[in-house]
Amino acid sequence: MSKQQLKLPPRDEVLKAIEKKVGEKLLLYAYKLRKWFPIRRGIKEVLTRQPPRFVRAVDTITFYIKEGETFCLVGESGCGKTTTGRTLIRLLEPTGGYIFYKARPETIKEIKELQKNVYVKDGFIDLTSVNAKKFKPLRKELQIIFQDPYGSLNPRFKIKDILEEPLLVHGIGETLEEREKIVLKALEDVKLTPPEEFAYRYPHMLSGGQRQRVGIARAVILNPRFIVADEPVSMLDVSIRAEILELMNELKRKYGLTYLFITHDLAVARYICDRIAVMYLGKIVEVASADELIDNPLHPYTKALIAAVPEPDPELRYKFKEVPIKGEVPSAAAIPPGCRFHPRCVALDQHPELREQCTTVEPDLIEYENEHYVACWLYRRGQS
Amino acid sequence: MAKYVLEVEHLKTYYYTYKGIVRGVDDVSFKLEEGESLGIAGESGCGKSTLAFSLLKLVPPPGRIVGGKIVIDGQDIVKMSESEVRSKIRWKKISMVFQGAMNALNPVYTVGYQLAEPLIYHKGYSKKEAIEEAKKYLEMVGLAPEIVNRYPHELSGGMKQRVVIAMALILRPKIVIADEPTTALDVVVQAQILNLLKKLQRELKISIILITHDLSIIAELADKVAVMYAGKIVEFGPLDKIFLEPKHPYTQALLKSIPRLRGSKEKLEWIPGTPPDLRNPPPGCRFHPRCKFAMDICRKEPPPEVYLEPDHRVLCWLYGKEKRNSQG
Repeated sequence: MSKQQLKLPPRDEVLKAIEKKVGEKLLLYAYKLRKWFPIRRGIKEVLTRQPPRFVRAVDTITFYIKEGETFCLVGESGCGKTTTGRTLIRLLEPTGGYIFYKARPETIKEIKELQKNVYVKDGFIDLTSVNAKKFKPLRKELQIIFQDPYGSLNPRFKIKDILEEPLLVHGIGETLEEREKIVLKALEDVKLTPPEEFAYRYPHMLSGGQRQRVGIARAVILNPRFIVADEPVSMLDVSIRAEILELMNELKRKYGLTYLFITHDLAVARYICDRIAVMYLGKIVEVASADELIDNPLHPYTKALIAAVPEPDPELRYKFKEVPIKGEVPSAAAIPPGCRFHPRCVALDQHPELREQCTTVEPDLIEYENEHYVACWLYRRGQS
Repeated sequence: MAKYVLEVEHLKTYYYTYKGIVRGVDDVSFKLEEGESLGIAGESGCGKSTLAFSLLKLVPPPGRIVGGKIVIDGQDIVKMSESEVRSKIRWKKISMVFQGAMNALNPVYTVGYQLAEPLIYHKGYSKKEAIEEAKKYLEMVGLAPEIVNRYPHELSGGMKQRVVIAMALILRPKIVIADEPTTALDVVVQAQILNLLKKLQRELKISIILITHDLSIIAELADKVAVMYAGKIVEFGPLDKIFLEPKHPYTQALLKSIPRLRGSKEKLEWIPGTPPDLRNPPPGCRFHPRCKFAMDICRKEPPPEVYLEPDHRVLCWLYGKEKRNSQG
């Protein structure tokens, strides 16, 4: 059809290349993942046969996540980080791209029984090839922790019911007693003790931090491998954030989890993540290990983000903070041509020779140093 | 002697609910010199927003100011009638940038009209004059004056925040309360708004009372810091003292719980437990159930206010000891 559809190379090739690069540890690989939301067209546009327009929330991004790591997506609101997280576990239908995920053998077997034509190779399953209605076995492995602990728990359910629901859906625990045991253990895992007492409370009787623990318990109760944590601490007070982050780390060690951690706060990302990807307007602009990214940022946008983070240092009040960025984020429905960051880029003013390239051709994400990827023309001189 | 623009003495604001009395602000005192900025820090539910509303005499029912004094420019507003506060104090002497400023604007009026409204009602300007004046203030907060004809939905979050700041400044108050002015904003915009507040603070010589749970924002702006816990100010002092030599265990724990971007990546600490129910706070020191240093006396008697230095005070038994010994 239109530009919306991508031409993708065969899955075998893509998978082989990434397996060679990352090796054993690879857990999840999103290849040219894309989520475009169509905009409703006005009558005039329909009559004049204007091409359909889209909000390009996630625009052809590629990244991999290794087993046992915490991978962070950082960016301003509206940059597509939540959409990416949700698309990865198929809470939203991807518009294009592949998602390879190394599932447990028993899950793959289950899926294969339900659907014949899924793509499975070397223990990897392409999540985009699974029919949405046949996805249930995979849900056990792919879970999510939501941002808002106030909105994500049903106020009419007791904590016990909230945690029991996934068990019922997946048919785990035959008797009530068995299920109760699992629920209490999950509550203990997230340190809501004594669990018997919390199990019979309603969400409104808990504080924000406690509710978020219930949210976490709900995500881990099915014994998943991969959890998307969508800003799990942004609605909590600073004083209890650290506790929740520490709890997540502990559960990760205990159950061998892998997190995709979505946050807008670089300081939090530095604290919890192994690798950080910075997103801007639906594109990943830089990926590196957490320390490397913060100590040695390459992309002008990353530099601006880092400069903007407030520090608890009393000296700072005498200075104005210089944030090397111009203007405001454009709408995701009207993404600037070329490098989508160019209208706000300060580096562009210092390098007028790059202007033409930056404003017309979109830079790819390339490996600048070992596992430090950046999408910026500044770092590609002589290569293009 | 320095002149105080704001003196709060033994202020008590209680909410009379069906389930009992919630002591939102319980015996709070502080003074603010002209041009000085104060940061009020604390967890949610510690009474910082109630304190802010009390200063404007805007406490929502069933809340009420039940005692104490708020002296603004030599006048005690607790004793004043509502109409007097409205005509003389509110917005003229003290104004406020509300939390969630994005929703503080009325969607059906233009930005210009909303900005100009206080001028029309308070100063008797004609609409045209008032809008001209509003344009000046928009420029001051870094917006194009043409915005007067726009509606709030046409502006981005950062721009709306700027409009709300301009609105708080338009009657030239000496004190501006900013209640979580940047929480809903992205880091880049947040940094820009903080720069703007710093600039205004210097140029207009206003006192900003910054209310936030994020201590790193306070570090950017305030001269003095008040740390609140369960309706009381547990530590009050100059910014450097609070950040570099915090005395109260609560302040110390708060500072250690902030994840930092630079410097060493030490393990974060946190404060166990949850803030107390203000309907019946724990006896003695309100912080004792969560305090690492809690002693017997903390559980029985409320701690004394100890002045470590003339401008640095702390509400804690740890420092009360010496004083007590010398007395007895």
